[in-house]
Amino acid sequence: MTIDDQEPPEEQEEGAVRTAGRHARPDAGMSRADMVRLGLRGTGQTLITLGVVVLLFVVYELWVTNIFAQEKQHKVHSALEKEWANGDDPLVVGGSLNLPGGKQGTIPTGTGIANIYIPRLGTDYHFTIVEGTNDGDLEKGPGHYIHTALPGQVGNFAVAGHRVGKGEPFLNLDHLRPGDAIVIETKSTWYVYTVKGNVQNGDLNDKGTDGIPGREIVSPSDTDVIAPVADHPGATPTQKMITLTTCHPKFTASQRMILHGTLSRQVARNGDALPKELAGGTI
Amino acid sequence: MYVWIWRHLPGALTWKILQVALLVAAISALLLFVIFPWLEPKLPINRVTVNQ
Repeated sequence: MTIDDQEPPEEQEEGAVRTAGRHARPDAGMSRADMVRLGLRGTGQTLITLGVVVLLFVVYELWVTNIFAQEKQHKVHSALEKEWANGDDPLVVGGSLNLPGGKQGTIPTGTGIANIYIPRLGTDYHFTIVEGTNDGDLEKGPGHYIHTALPGQVGNFAVAGHRVGKGEPFLNLDHLRPGDAIVIETKSTWYVYTVKGNVQNGDLNDKGTDGIPGREIVSPSDTDVIAPVADHPGATPTQKMITLTTCHPKFTASQRMILHGTLSRQVARNGDALPKELAGGTI
Repeated sequence: MYVWIWRHLPGALTWKILQVALLVAAISALLLFVIFPWLEPKLPINRVTVNQ
């Protein structure tokens, strides 16, 4: 709008400068006022350009990264489905759990290990969780912290995911309420975790009897939230927990939003049958 | 700067407009697919893990 208003006089001026410029240096015939005007115009155009670039960056963050991430998520998902169809389970090596960091084989980072379903976030909400939490892993989908428990194990199955852009798997993690199901599908088993907190009054911050709330906002350096017993580093785990981490508030990295859940039931995978917590579930 | 570019584009008006569209598309593509992906990990946004 402002640009349009300014456009006609600019054209005229440029024409004048051009005629002068044919014969002499452009600034030779310029008055002080002309030079000031030229300087101001240049500054204005630079600022407008920077503004447009910043807007384009927003478009990139909110839209373009999602397109790339969906493509990558689709690839890890089909790779995992194929692996399962071939009878392989990335979580199991030689008949025992493929625990990372130990003497057993480790799971290659960036490959799918399980699927996550959260009915509260929509009947079509599902992502394939990959192993590892570096930038490359998290572009493919939610990532499993490599030193934490595996699905269904005693301890804390901890998963990080992007909140805005990069497929934004955990965009609406703040919509979860106490008692909501977080369903994890491995090759052999459906694990149904429920979000902690007070189911009666819906208080996510209720720490219950074990001192672990359903949701907490912590500083980025607070690794206690993914300890085997969340918030109690060094304690011996007895519960089978899940912890989801993402950034908070949206668009920033100043804090982390953490959701904790405990395993409420598990059921063996049986063909295409879904657990009751999911739409159309029968088992 | 923009006036300078406009003045140095050859051809008639429609041809110039076409070239401008092409330039804008090329620069946007460079930003979206090369510069932003390089820049983004260096910015303190969208960190989702603890201990980083």
